[in-house]
Amino acid sequence: MNDLTPTREQRTAALEGMGCKRKRVEDIRFTQGRGSYVDDIKLPGMLHGDFVRSPHPHARVKKIDDSEALKVPGVLAVITAETLKTVNLAWMPTLAGDVQMVLADGKVLFQNQEVAFVVATDRYAADDGINKVVVEYEPLPPLVDPFKSMDKDAPVLREDLVGKMSGAHGPRKHDNHIFEWTVGDKELTDAAFNKAEVKIKEMISYHRTHPSPLETCQCVCSFDKIKGELTIYGTFQAPHVIRTVVSLIAKLPEHKIHVIAPDIGGGFGNKVGAYPGYICAAVASIVTGKPVKWVEDRIENLTATSFARDYHMTTEVAATKDGKVTGLRVHVLADHGAFDACADPSKWPAGFFNIVTGSYDFPTAHLAVDGVYTNKAPGGVAYRCSFRVTEAAYCIERAMDILAQKLNMDPAELRLKNFIKPEQFPYHSALGWEYDSGDYHTAMRKMMETTGYAALRKEQADKRAAFKRGETREIMGLGVSFFTEIVGAGPSKNCDILGIAMFDSCEIRMHPTGAGIARVGSKSQGQGHETTWAQIIATEIGIPADNIMVEEGNTDTAPYGLGTYGSRSTPVAGAAIAMAARKIKAKAQMIAAYKLEVHEDDLEFDIDGFRVKGLPEKFMSMKDICWAAYNSVPPGMEPGLEAVSYYDPPNMTYPFGAYLCVMDIDVDTGVYNVRRFYALDDCGTRINPMIIEGQVHGGLTEAFAIAMGQEIRYDEVGNVVTGSFMDFFMPTAVETPHWETDFTVTPSPHHPIGAKGVGESPNVGGVPAFSNAVNDAFSFLGSTHIQMPHDFWRNWKAAKQLGAVA
Amino acid sequence: MIPGSFSYHRPASVADAVKLLSDLGEDARPLAGGHSLVPMMKLRLATPAHLIDLHGIAALRGISRSGNNLVIGAMTTQHELLASEDVAKAMPILHEAALLIADPQVRYRGTIGGNVANGDPGNDMPALMMSLGATYRLEGSGGARDVAAADFYQGAYFTALEPGEILTSVSVPVPAAGHGSAYEKLKRKVGDYATAAAAVVLTMAGGKVATCSIGLTNVHETPLLATDAAKAVIGTSLDAATLKKAAAAAEAIMAPAADARGPVEYRKHVGGIMVTRALQRAAAKAK
Ligand SMILES: Cc1cc2nc3c(=O)[nH]c(=O)nc-3n(C[C@H](O)[C@H](O)[C@H](O)COP(=O)(O)OP(=O)(O)OC[C@H]3O[C@@H](n4cnc5c(N)ncnc54)[C@H](O)[C@@H]3O)c2cc1C
Repeated sequence: MNDLTPTREQRTAALEGMGCKRKRVEDIRFTQGRGSYVDDIKLPGMLHGDFVRSPHPHARVKKIDDSEALKVPGVLAVITAETLKTVNLAWMPTLAGDVQMVLADGKVLFQNQEVAFVVATDRYAADDGINKVVVEYEPLPPLVDPFKSMDKDAPVLREDLVGKMSGAHGPRKHDNHIFEWTVGDKELTDAAFNKAEVKIKEMISYHRTHPSPLETCQCVCSFDKIKGELTIYGTFQAPHVIRTVVSLIAKLPEHKIHVIAPDIGGGFGNKVGAYPGYICAAVASIVTGKPVKWVEDRIENLTATSFARDYHMTTEVAATKDGKVTGLRVHVLADHGAFDACADPSKWPAGFFNIVTGSYDFPTAHLAVDGVYTNKAPGGVAYRCSFRVTEAAYCIERAMDILAQKLNMDPAELRLKNFIKPEQFPYHSALGWEYDSGDYHTAMRKMMETTGYAALRKEQADKRAAFKRGETREIMGLGVSFFTEIVGAGPSKNCDILGIAMFDSCEIRMHPTGAGIARVGSKSQGQGHETTWAQIIATEIGIPADNIMVEEGNTDTAPYGLGTYGSRSTPVAGAAIAMAARKIKAKAQMIAAYKLEVHEDDLEFDIDGFRVKGLPEKFMSMKDICWAAYNSVPPGMEPGLEAVSYYDPPNMTYPFGAYLCVMDIDVDTGVYNVRRFYALDDCGTRINPMIIEGQVHGGLTEAFAIAMGQEIRYDEVGNVVTGSFMDFFMPTAVETPHWETDFTVTPSPHHPIGAKGVGESPNVGGVPAFSNAVNDAFSFLGSTHIQMPHDFWRNWKAAKQLGAVA
Repeated sequence: MIPGSFSYHRPASVADAVKLLSDLGEDARPLAGGHSLVPMMKLRLATPAHLIDLHGIAALRGISRSGNNLVIGAMTTQHELLASEDVAKAMPILHEAALLIADPQVRYRGTIGGNVANGDPGNDMPALMMSLGATYRLEGSGGARDVAAADFYQGAYFTALEPGEILTSVSVPVPAAGHGSAYEKLKRKVGDYATAAAAVVLTMAGGKVATCSIGLTNVHETPLLATDAAKAVIGTSLDAATLKKAAAAAEAIMAPAADARGPVEYRKHVGGIMVTRALQRAAAKAK
């Protein structure tokens, strides 16, 4: 070795593998406006489709007259449910086992529901056409309040289901009832409550909101009559699932459907399911023989494609006098809108809400969820969270604060007292999960020390005293949140979508010069997969990340995967990538042994190649092995260097974190100031710390928005009143607080690289931190629970109700 | 969110613009920065058949001094207002308020003429113009006339502009040297219209308020001059009781709509607080 020989550190650094703050490779095109999104796709002769939508939340459709619309220059066709019936597509299946109207079939069930699809030569003509379609409605009484859905005299929404006393998830109790889902031991839980020394009970609502990606949902469908092939470019978080669904419902052979998800401008769960726009554009293309583009506008996105949350959680905790929890009982009323279009694994009507015991060692628990219909848009998707996990985290984290208040205990102390202990992992929760790993006490204590928690509590006490003396009109709140997520759906034993197990996949092909391509079944919507996936491979096989191209989203080239949502990409696809890379490495080892003329077992992997044990100068780099794979493989071995892995995870992963929000609220105006926000995340092995930080910033910003104002609101008669970014709170850089991030590392024991997933943790853990801060601020004035969202006027209203303002 | 079709005109002089407007009649609308008009066209709440773009008329741009007035051409953008030293020195409240309008992108396009002529109670400039005692010059085929800002607003999107008239400039008397002013605007986020806002321009003499005017934004279907509230503070040193009285007098004339910014009661309540805070801050700045 001489001075020019790179050191081990230099060789490792040159790979830009796991642990490296590698710059995002996709940003080179994104920051220069060179991404290629669906709306950038322009095919020759392409037509444009747009929807006539219902102004009524609930009405009978008496007549649709398209004669004037068809006279508008450029308008070619108006598609209605009647048209769709000729191809048996007036209704489509949802991922939740329900069916959904593609276009209004005799009735509309929510405001802005799709009624007719106008196809024209350009978007302007399509919109002119929409304004000329005359629809005659007979308004029906709207059902807006989910608590009234199962009233005896409630209007029946789903006439298609009348008399069906059983649905996809068991018995139905009422025509507006979708399912009841129960988990846990009821008797044991009732017994725990019967002998509890202390109990709390609160109805904790998580309001309806929306994932609101900046790019709305859109597609271009192009049917080739000669070949009988349908190509769909679309904003799909799960392109393969979309292809299978289209094949099943349109009865087209799956190999003749090409689904391509190009660059996507954010998904957050909004782009998992199938929407009427996709079906209508496909039918329109088949009917006209031309490509048809459909692009939602902002109002349509916010008011018609999948919302999130809308869970009303009656929560009870039983505990001992000294603050040990002994039981948890939760009843959820879930408002699904007009159709159950949740995007959950098929067997989980309320997702993984049974993670609601959180980070605490509850000896027993019982959960019941009732899903109901209302005259609102369908959905219930996982907005930057694993299925219903954010609702569960909010529920338990509010409940722990309410219990702390009742016990007159510090909320952080109460949590420390009840945490699952490190030695209890793998931990079996009362509601049926096996938590893989965790060290909650360390994370919590680190949060408390870093933020100066005790001093902040002292400052709060002083400020409260000053408020009571009339010296200030500002109150201060500390919002503690300690969340445990369940992500990485999931093991085939309990997770499937429409019968397809929720594995994921990777195919790696190394080229002769030591560069390669990895095709993966996941689909980035901004998460940076092109960067991180290459980093995993770089470390696994010793080829620089820059030499690995990552490709996703094209169902013709990518192996079948279930897509990206629910923080499943790193836990599932990330594992498939590592496993495929290990297959490459295993073959490479055989080639190296042959070339170095030793036995395979005499080799050891050393950063970027194989070395003969004990003979450091006998070394073959991975780059050279790639070359050899194409010209001098051992006798009997196939040439080439390729591998495929389909990974069925043995368990979910359980990321966790400790957050603290410090907030001041002016009681006179309700205006708040997030003075400080600290987020400690433990996502196991960290692949790219910079991307993790970016994910945490993004998720916290969403959590901030949701907790502090972001809602989809309906008035009493069913009009949706939050259809634009003027009223649907989308914070800008100005409103967004400064984020302090931190971490601990507790690897997942069952994941090939120990990684757990992080994209959604900040949304899941952030919402309770903000809400607990507001509630903590007001608690000394006598409140126990104030519902979200905590926008200015509601804070003022709370202050007024508590007598703090005249 | 796709506008209907329209034809586009770009006259080079006020005379041509006025002629186009009167020839084309009701279906024609002047287009300034387009940041109020175009969103309404996208929702098809406005469906003009003709847009008369005023950007080709050089005479409508710029800020000049005329006697004791600053004369601001209708097509002067909010960004240009912010860049003007004359404005920042002579009437800092105009600078302060312009900075609270939306975001830089909107301010690069949005004009003062469009802002005051629009008649949207949510616009910030109208109440400010009323409290500064500004007048608007309106030109039509029959010639020019001046209308006081205080007499201009008749209802939501309903103003003293006659069909065929264009607002060509805004003339604002320079407030007395040593005056104090403040614009207090409560909004939910950047880019939002006011939940409630108050403009105060006052002078102090011997620790007491000598003159005062108060304008209110977005708490009624038109911008308001809170004359009773202003009267209530004259001759006082803005003690707590006076501030309370002024806020109550201002709240008495407010009639905001309930919307996502809050219920009526809240919007009036914070309207009163904006008045109180603007008074205190203006007084602190007065010499
Ligand atoms: C996201 C967003 C946020 C905003 N927030 C605020 C805010 O907080 N506060 C605020 O004050 N404004 C706000 N605005 C509005 C913005 O300031 C507009 O630019 C302004 O209201 C209108 O000015 P304009 O030049 O764009 O006029 P345009 O939109 O072109 O015209 C508005 C109306 O006035 C008429 N008009 C325009 N010029 C003349 C003229 N010279 N003579 C006669 N009629 C004329 C037009 O025909 C039209 O009816 C916001 C706009 C947006 C898009």
